[in-house]
Formats: sequence, structure tokens, C-alpha cells
Amino acid sequence: MSVDDRSKALGRRDLLSLAAWGTFCTSLATALVGMFRLPKPSVIPDPSLKVKVGPPGLIPELEYRNVAGRNIFVSRGEEGVFAISAVCTHLGCIVAPVPAGFNCPCHGSRFDALGRIIGGPAPRGLDWLKVTKAPDGELVVDEGEPVPPGTYLKV
Amino acid sequence: MGAWKEYVANLRGVPRAVWHSLVRQGPPVTDRSRAEAVFQNLFLHIHSTRIHRWSLRWSYTMGLGLICAASFLLLTVTGLLLMFYYKPSTVLAYQSIKDIHYVVPTGRFMRNIHRWGAHLMVIAVLLHMARVFYTSSYRKPREMNWLFGLVLLVLTLGLSFSGYLLPWDQLAYWAVTIGANIAQSPRELTDAIGITRYVDIGGLQKTLLLGSRSVGEDALIRFYVLHVFFLPLLMAAFMGLHFWRIRKDGGLSRPADADERLGPPGEDVTPVFSQAPKKSYGLMAVVRGTGPNVGRGPENTLPSWPHLMTAEAAVFMFTMAVTVALSFFLDAPLKEMANPLVPENPAKAPWYFLGLQEIVSFSAFAGGVLIPMVTLLGLSLIPYLDRETEGVGVWFGAAYRGREVAFRSAVFGLAAVIAVEAFAIRFGWLRSWYPGIPQIVITFFNPGTVLAFLYVAYSVWIIRRENSTRLGAIAIFTCFLAGFIVLTLVGTYFRGPNWEFFWSPSRWPVH
Repeated sequence: MSVDDRSKALGRRDLLSLAAWGTFCTSLATALVGMFRLPKPSVIPDPSLKVKVGPPGLIPELEYRNVAGRNIFVSRGEEGVFAISAVCTHLGCIVAPVPAGFNCPCHGSRFDALGRIIGGPAPRGLDWLKVTKAPDGELVVDEGEPVPPGTYLKV
Repeated sequence: MGAWKEYVANLRGVPRAVWHSLVRQGPPVTDRSRAEAVFQNLFLHIHSTRIHRWSLRWSYTMGLGLICAASFLLLTVTGLLLMFYYKPSTVLAYQSIKDIHYVVPTGRFMRNIHRWGAHLMVIAVLLHMARVFYTSSYRKPREMNWLFGLVLLVLTLGLSFSGYLLPWDQLAYWAVTIGANIAQSPRELTDAIGITRYVDIGGLQKTLLLGSRSVGEDALIRFYVLHVFFLPLLMAAFMGLHFWRIRKDGGLSRPADADERLGPPGEDVTPVFSQAPKKSYGLMAVVRGTGPNVGRGPENTLPSWPHLMTAEAAVFMFTMAVTVALSFFLDAPLKEMANPLVPENPAKAPWYFLGLQEIVSFSAFAGGVLIPMVTLLGLSLIPYLDRETEGVGVWFGAAYRGREVAFRSAVFGLAAVIAVEAFAIRFGWLRSWYPGIPQIVITFFNPGTVLAFLYVAYSVWIIRRENSTRLGAIAIFTCFLAGFIVLTLVGTYFRGPNWEFFWSPSRWPVH
């Protein structure tokens, strides 16, 4: 083996050095993953997103706000009961009901009575939320479960 | 008895001996002792012992960097005091701020200083950046310090944003709700391509920021930790780097012919070396880079003590005077306690974010993420794209047509932003005409992106026409500055309930 070949080959010290670097980087990366994993909670500390809104007979035909202190509108149409989220899809402000539908106070997004976007910066219409009937006959709205607009619960 | 006499003499001499063990050099009356006064002191030795006369000219620096540092110091002290009474909990926070305002001795005053100091710091940081830019001070070898400066700008804004939530009033709650949803706005893009289910960057950012789905206890404690510990620590570290780099990069920037421009020093200043001083360059020889004095003949420098020290003291006093005067007459606002059911109308962020809020009102992602990121990237690249060497250290670069281009860019920048705003306010935008238009079109084609495109196009045109990257940089920087100012003014003074346009707040509908 010539001197040239030997200098190109991976020597014992090079191997140990590489192994040391590898160990160092792996442990650093593992530590970082652990540190960055911590701030992302696995259990969201918010109160339950399912909320009882009363028996179907009490659901008015007009929208009203702040059902059970939540930012949802529950209403009854000919097809059944439906729930719309009051949280603006733009930047999370709470929309206010107006004769034409809903207006967002923060950046002027406008929605019609069924939550469809008709103006302003919101990227899409208001979320429709899943409505189910609890065993005790009351209706339950799940704020965490958006459904396709036009989903009604027959009552 | 000799020992007793010596003991009594020592006892008498204790104050003097303690002083001399603390300050080991003599009074600062010679060049040597003036230098020692600086470099033998832990707190002063971040300064060089001598400073170039160009760096001391008010018309050059306007003390803006020092005002930033002075406000930070002021904010640290007042913030520390406020922490004795502030309680970071959704139940207690609002009441503790009320206590600080109405009950705690000097509490209202300290909180006011903290608020006005924060505003002053933002203004000073922006003006300092403009000063450094218009004097071409970002040029080699100062590119990296320009980047550290940008980090400090972001940290300053991050500190003021995180502090905004702490009072837990309506203003705080809704400004941070909006901010958190801006962090979530990449969903606008991922939704459009339909990949949010797999890659939800926006959702992740919001969760990391709030620790929850909405602004609540977890968000408050996160913002508190960021505001009182994490960001100040980073800020202090980067300030240290920033100052250290000034020295390593050869002091503040100055023109190559600074000495001729200055002429001989006046008779009232402490005498300047007429010959090379007797000092060792041993260390300088092994350090890479250029020290301020290596290889120079007679220096046009002054001892930092007293010249720089008095200048710094003056700026600190000025900063204190301004904030104290403002705090004496104007109280920091405190609205009703946060109510997650009813948003403020209009819900406005602090003034320096209102320009952003204005373009966010066209598209959340474009205005809140895309344009700010592109702006920051552009600012970072300026020193690497403009590598001309002339005109460093002079306002607008005297040999150039810098002043003229800056003026014309300001006119163009103002005209463009006013035209785009007027159009959007008068006629609306795509959604008003075609309600069914896909969001992705609006995300990339809205008044904000149109304005940014106009500015970039104008700057490219200037580069080609004037055949100068420096003039192109001046054009785009000036345009963005003009845009920022006008958008901030519109957001602050001309936007009312539902973010509608009003000529004055007195015309807002009463409800």
C-alpha cells in the first residue's frame, strides 16, 4: 500500500472521529426533538366542545347568539335544525347577526343568512357544525366538528 | 505602639483604600488613564477606548441606536417592577393591572413609562434601521450586523406583541386572537390545495403560540413567559452581539475621506493624538479582520471617556425625559375585561401593526404572512445584493443621485399606496364583484400583493435605468417605508367599526 492510498483510506482515528460526531449530533437532535415536542399539548385544555342547546321545540326559527355562552348560532329551517359557528373564518372574531346575515366587526367580512361568504377578506363561509340528538331529547352541537354547509338534522 | 498607629491610620484610610481597590486607575486626565477608565470597567469595556470623530456627529447617527438601547433598559427596569404585582392568570391579571394603576404607589407611572418606552423603542428601531440604510452602513463588512439588527427588530415587535396580551382586557384579547389566527393563516393556502389534513402548518403555529384552541389561561402564561423571560433574554444576547460586531467591524461606518471632511478638531475637544500612540498591536496582529486603528497613521479619534460617555448619558437622559413627560400626561389604556363572546369593534392592534392589519383585511395569509416574510427576506438580502462600495457613511451617498431617487421613490410609493387603497375602499375587490371566486386567487391577487408588486417593479426599473443596485435598493426601501407609513395611518385614523372607511372617528356610528 503506497502512502497515497493510505492517506485516502478511512483511518482508525477518522472512524472514531466520525462516530463521535455522529453520537454528538444524534443526542443533540434527540434533545431538540424532545424540547420542541413539549410545547405542543396532546390534550387541548379547552372546555368540551360539545354543548347542549335544549330540546328541538325550543330552537327558534331566527338565529340567536351565544347559545349556552358559546359562539354558535342554532336555527330551525324547513329541512330541520342546523348550527353555524359564529367564529369568523378570517381571523377568528365573532360575527354579529344583521338582517342580511352576519357581519364581522374586525375586518368587515360579510356572510348571508346561511353563512355563505358575500364580501370581505374571509377565505370561506362560516362553518356549519354537527347537530345530534342526545338520549334525553336535547340537541347537542359539536363545535369541533364542522360539517358540509346544508347539513340539517330532521326533528 | 507602632502597630496601633498604623492601625488607626489604616482605619482612617479605609474609604480611600476601598475606592482605590474598586477603581484602580487614577483620575481620567491623561490619554492612558482615560483609556483605562473604559477598558478596566466591566460595564464600559464594550466601548472601544477611542472613537472616531465621525461617529460622534449628531447629524450622522442622531443617537437612534442609543435610544433603542436606552428604552430597552428603561423597559427592563419598569417591567421588573411591574412583575412584583402582576399575576399571570385569566382570573387575576385584569384586577392586578387595575391595582397597579389605582393602588400601587407609583404603579400607574411605572406602567405608563413601560408603555411609552415600548412605543418609543419601536419608533427608534425603525428610524435606526432607516438611518443605517440611507447611509449605506450595511455594506461589507457590516452585512452580518445588519442581519442582527433585523433580528432585533423582530424581537422588538415580538416583545411588544407578547406584552399586549398581559392586561387581559378587550383590546388585549382580540388583538391576540387576531394575531394567533394570522399565525394560523397558512391554512388559507393549504386549504386551497387541499392538504390541511396532512400538513397543517398554520394549525401547528397557532397551537404552539396559544397552547390551546383559543386564547385562554395557557396562552396567557405562554405570552407571559415569552414577554418577561424568553424574548428579553434573546434580545439581550443579540444586543450584545450587535454592539460587539460594531467594534469588530471597525466602529460605526464612515466615509473613506471622513478625516478631510471633518477638518482639524476644535480647540475645546480633548487633544487628539498627533503621532501613533505607544501601544501594543500584539493582539490585533492575531485577530482576523480590521481593528479601528491598525495600519492608520495619525488618528482622528477622541478618547471615549469623556466624549462618548457624555454623548451616551445625554441620549439616556433624553429618552428618560421623553418617556417620563409622556407618562406624566397620558395614561396607558385599559378597556373592559376580556370577553370571548363579544369582540371589540373595531378591534385594533397597537399602531405599528395597523399597517399590517390593513393588508390583512384583504387576505389573512398574504397580508399577515406572505408580505411580511418577503419584506424581511428582502431586507436581509439587501447587503448581499447591493455590493457597490461608494457612498458608505454619508446620507444617501453624496456622489450618487441617492437623494433624488429617494425623493422620487417616496413620491411613487405614496402615489401607489394611496391609489391602491382608494380603489379598494371605493370599489371593493374581487369578492365584492364575484362572490364565488376561489380564495387562492384573492390570496395572491389583492391590493396588498398588487402594491408589493408595483414597488418591486419600480425598483427593478430603477436598477436597469440608473444601472445601480444601490439606487434600486434606495427605491424599494423608500417605497416600502412610504407604504408602511400610509397603511399605518389609514389603519389608525381612517378605519372604524367593521373596518369600514371613515374620514374621522367622529363619524363612527354610535351604538
